Amino acid sequence: MRFSRLLLLLLVLAPAGWPAAVHARQPPPQSEFLPVSDIPEGEQIPAFTMVGGAYGFVWVVLLGYVWSIARRLQKVEAELTALERRGQ
Amino acid sequence: MTRLNPVLIGLSAVMLGVAPWIINAAPYESTMGLVQKIFYFHFPAAILFLIAALICGVASAMFLFGKKASADGWAIAAAELGLVFGTLTLVTGPLWARKAWGVWWVWDPRLTSSLLLWMIFSAYLLLRRYGGPGSDKLAAGMALFGMANVPFIYVSVNVWRTLHPQTSVVPTLPTDMGIPLWFCFAAFTMLFVALLNLRARLEHQRSRVEALYLAEDEA
Repeated sequence: MRFSRLLLLLLVLAPAGWPAAVHARQPPPQSEFLPVSDIPEGEQIPAFTMVGGAYGFVWVVLLGYVWSIARRLQKVEAELTALERRGQ
Repeated sequence: MTRLNPVLIGLSAVMLGVAPWIINAAPYESTMGLVQKIFYFHFPAAILFLIAALICGVASAMFLFGKKASADGWAIAAAELGLVFGTLTLVTGPLWARKAWGVWWVWDPRLTSSLLLWMIFSAYLLLRRYGGPGSDKLAAGMALFGMANVPFIYVSVNVWRTLHPQTSVVPTLPTDMGIPLWFCFAAFTMLFVALLNLRARLEHQRSRVEALYLAEDEA
């Protein structure tokens, strides 16, 4: 009985203590903005990578699709020829 | 038309091979810089994505209401091409957006309705592949909804506030940006026509194979 009361007390108090624990881990809030002339290197998005990625993706997909249609068409036409020969 | 397909594919391959040099010679856009050059592949893919939806819808209507069995082959071909060109649009767009807008994706009317059309094509093809008997008519009905989505996608950027550039950017392009755009558009269109022809041919040949198997079973 004593144990269950203790557990209940802990459950009630735990959420109350949670924000304090979270605040303790957070960095202090920013009090001012400092200007810089250049964006830090890690934050820059290289446009060339995006353009290269886009063009490369288009090329790969289109070539893959042409190859896929050619392969499927060859297969069906071979099957059709075989069936027509069998029917004659 | 069958003889024309290799010519169209060869010509478009040469043009798409030359395109990077022509695009490189085009000037940079003032606010977006280099990343705006994705536009020269993104725009043709997006327009052909919408054209594929229109072809698929019209062919499906002919199949449903006109009882033209051959139209169904054209509808499947257009749906598959719609999925391919839609994928190109929905991948090149976010690559451009990440640099220009700072985010890969925003749930604005143009992007959301384009994604919806891509999902309609996906559902259409899945239904044709796994739907069983009667799925051809059900899929044709779905294609009509896809076609109805096209005008909405096109005008969405002019009607609602959005980050996406408006349709007016294309007619107002300066000549040195217009030349690479229409060059790429011609290359993409030739490839689209050839692929549509080949894919429809594949579907018609499949129908012939099925008919021959049925004839064999009956004999």
